[in-house]
Amino acid sequence: MNWRRAAWASLAAAPVVTLLAWGMTRDPNEIHSPLPGREAPAFALRVFAPGEPPLARTVGDTLTLGRMRGKIVVLNFWASWCLECRVEHRDLSTVARQMTDKPVQFIGVLYNDVASAGLDWIQGMSGQAYPGVLDPGARTAIDYGLYGVPETFVIDGKGRVAYKHTGAIPAELLTLKIDSLLAAGSAASAPTGPVVP
Amino acid sequence: MTSRVLGVVLGAAVLALVPTPRLTAQGANLPPVIQPRNAADSLLESRTTELARELRCPVCQGLSIQDSPSELSQQMRALVKEQIVSGKSDEDVLAYFVSKYGEWILLAPKARGFNLVAYLLPPLLLVAGAVGVWMLVKSWTRQPQVVSASSGAEAPPED
Amino acid sequence: MTRLLAVDALWFGLIVSVVGGIVAPIMIARGKRLGQWVTIAQAAVYANFAVVTVATLAMMWALARHDFSISYVAQVGSRATPLFYTIISLWGALEGSILFWAWVLALYSAAVVYTNRNRPGLLVPYASAVLLLIALFFHILLVGPANPLHLVSPIPLDGPGPNPLLQNHILMAVHPPLLYLGYVGMSVPFAFAAGAMLAGEVASDDWIRLTRRWTMLAWALLTAAVIAGMWWSYEVLGWGGYWAWDPVENASFIPWLTATAFLHSVIVQERRQMLKLWNVNLVVGTFVLTLLGTFLTRSGIISSVHAFTQGTIGFYFLTFIAVVLIGSLVMVAGNSEKFRSQGQLDAALSRETIFLLNNLLLTVLCFTVLIGTLFPLIAEAVRGVKVSVGEPFFNRMTLPVMVSLLFLMGIGPALPWKHGNMNDLKKKMIPGAIVAMILASIVIAFGSRSLYAVLAFAFAGFAATMNVQEFVIGARARQSAHRESFGTALVRLVKGNRRRYGGYVAHIGIIVSAFGIAASSAFRSEGEATLKPGETLTVGTVTARLKEVWGREEPQRSVIGATVELVRDGTVYATLSPRMNFYPTSQTPIPTPDVRSTPFGDTYMNLMAFQPDGSNATVKVILEPLVPWIWIGGGIICLGALLSAWPMKRVA
Repeated sequence: MNWRRAAWASLAAAPVVTLLAWGMTRDPNEIHSPLPGREAPAFALRVFAPGEPPLARTVGDTLTLGRMRGKIVVLNFWASWCLECRVEHRDLSTVARQMTDKPVQFIGVLYNDVASAGLDWIQGMSGQAYPGVLDPGARTAIDYGLYGVPETFVIDGKGRVAYKHTGAIPAELLTLKIDSLLAAGSAASAPTGPVVP
Repeated sequence: MTSRVLGVVLGAAVLALVPTPRLTAQGANLPPVIQPRNAADSLLESRTTELARELRCPVCQGLSIQDSPSELSQQMRALVKEQIVSGKSDEDVLAYFVSKYGEWILLAPKARGFNLVAYLLPPLLLVAGAVGVWMLVKSWTRQPQVVSASSGAEAPPED
Repeated sequence: MTRLLAVDALWFGLIVSVVGGIVAPIMIARGKRLGQWVTIAQAAVYANFAVVTVATLAMMWALARHDFSISYVAQVGSRATPLFYTIISLWGALEGSILFWAWVLALYSAAVVYTNRNRPGLLVPYASAVLLLIALFFHILLVGPANPLHLVSPIPLDGPGPNPLLQNHILMAVHPPLLYLGYVGMSVPFAFAAGAMLAGEVASDDWIRLTRRWTMLAWALLTAAVIAGMWWSYEVLGWGGYWAWDPVENASFIPWLTATAFLHSVIVQERRQMLKLWNVNLVVGTFVLTLLGTFLTRSGIISSVHAFTQGTIGFYFLTFIAVVLIGSLVMVAGNSEKFRSQGQLDAALSRETIFLLNNLLLTVLCFTVLIGTLFPLIAEAVRGVKVSVGEPFFNRMTLPVMVSLLFLMGIGPALPWKHGNMNDLKKKMIPGAIVAMILASIVIAFGSRSLYAVLAFAFAGFAATMNVQEFVIGARARQSAHRESFGTALVRLVKGNRRRYGGYVAHIGIIVSAFGIAASSAFRSEGEATLKPGETLTVGTVTARLKEVWGREEPQRSVIGATVELVRDGTVYATLSPRMNFYPTSQTPIPTPDVRSTPFGDTYMNLMAFQPDGSNATVKVILEPLVPWIWIGGGIICLGALLSAWPMKRVA
């Protein structure tokens, strides 16, 4: 039994085992999005669910990202068939209402669903404070690198994606993100006053 | 003479096994024979299919957007087609998706930088192994020959 | 009651494994009361089989009786699930699959020890000990992180049922058991190789001789498992494909490759006393790769279709892999000097050389698939960026090797051992070359412009001809020597050398499957359309007409289906009913495609979408030429392996 040779050979196990052990600390389903820090992709989407005053918009209006320069935009992708979306729905409306007097715009983008199903869902969830828009062909969803729903993007006043959240977003986290952006003055150069649709 | 043959066989094996990404087999996925409506249409279809095979469906487990029946995959495929029609090159289309989803969206890693390890190690192993086989066979045939039975003699029962 | 019985049985199994796997070999090594401890080691193997069988039967009973007080039953059981699928949910989720693995291992161990029970020497006792050490690991899992027998209190009235994907098709009954039988079977040659090294009986090749048939059996079962998995994927998942290079598919393929290499190179060792060290490495490598494959499936380290679960079990597996890997490296390297090869070749042009090339290509293929599967992990470790490695990569990197292997499969059988003659070989190759050229022309005529499609068909035709030719040449030689009829000569030829001719049959099986794979890749066509009842979709030569969209309720699910008729010249020649199944536990529906198979190929239909009021349905039709031959080829491979391993009458 050649123990010297055996000892050297056993070292060969080290890289494999180390790699696998390290791999155990990673989540293979967690994919980093390249969007945060970059300019948010433009969109112009049609309103199908008006939302509630004072945040309401007219059905049929188009919401364009470019016209929201200076405001913080919270873009939430959801669907009526999405179970996890139910978890965050009320929180989103609550935070939206809290931010009424601030330069913040909440938008709900319906993903791979039909408008009627979306409206029924909203009704079943006791309403939605902010407007909901349609995304035909999922073009905007793809533009934002959507992996599934729900996903929420927070866009700062300069039109850059500040934060992306995968899964249901807790109210405190969302409020924190918005507040820190407001405090950082990213909405400072924004025109205040009545919203121009 | 036989060692020359062996050399040819080994050399051919080595050459055959160096991966040639896009030269052979049009992307090396054996492409389907599609019923063309007209030449331009089928060219568009096959280019879309080829590119769609390179893109990963974000909501599936490892399928390409070409193979996946999911709605998002079909929408991405439609977007690929649109981009081809608008004149974008293959690299541009893939680059667009990478800019949205990260490198993860490509089903074959970009053959650049560290990723080359995955592309080069197997052929290197093949070459090294071929050399090893060569040397082994040479050493086995170098010994003085024990007179063997006539060539082609068949073996004892168990084979 | 059932639960306590099973729990006790598993604890007993743990103790038995400790006694037989740790205590016995130590005492044997010390030489104390040798006879006694050898008997104990043997008895431990039988005892382990008995108790694990008890536990497994108890679990199956509990599943059938819907005993929801047992955690595993509460996890996968449901009163609505049909009995058949309830029974086979034994292997449907992690804990049950570990129990099943333990049972298969116990079965193999008991069988192989029993068939070698009268052999003197320490090889078998040490091999038993190694088998029990492996069993010990699984027992630890079963009383620890993979315990299927936790008490559930209060007892639920019903359960969620097995994963919907596992209820849709009968192949679910077939693929996992085959896979386990194949995977676990590789423990046997490993245990005997380790046993030989521990017992110091390396010089004789007994460990190979004793396990040859077991290895062949395990290989055949693993082959069947891979093919069954492909078939199941094809019939169930709805994308019309059968292989996606998913990490778990790769995990079953990688050890198959080294096992195939071993099956060939072991012949060289037996005949020529060469490649001894290489063969030990192959055997050990195959076993380690089966563990690695299982780890990849169960650790959550790589996301895949199959991934069972995350959690602590990954760490247990990793520890076990580390122990086995280090132990094996130490053993093999430490004993490496004893594996000196003798023998020499008369000529480079010989079957031995082809086997070397075969091993080289199979090893490179194995490495390629392995590095592709692990590369996302490696790249993330090095670059911090997640990358995907999928079909385009694997196809590009493996097709050349696989096509070359097809070619070798034709040359090997035609070359004799030791000293081949170039002129003889050339003459033998003529029919094969002609077939190759004919097939190449046909493929090109059908419109394929793919180099690999042409090469695949050409080499497959070449290799098929060469293998069939060996039967003909051999039978004819017998005919003239013994004045027999061709049929008798053929039968006697094969009977006289089952291993060789069984091998050729297996080659033919592989080639048949290769034809199916090549044809369905190169000549696939598909089309999709949204149809109202009465409208048609034409793909290639197939016209499909939607008749109606329907729905029905079943105990465990709701089903929406489309009845589609296939018409030609105005008459309906077939009806297909692709469906979508809605399970209460699943967010998205599970599609069940419908397939019409003929010897020429499949018409594959999937229901993509429908209107709730039944006014239209979106249907996808895929034409897959020659696909049924993939499954048929798999059957032929198994027949060949069976023939090859069939025990001969013992020569005194």
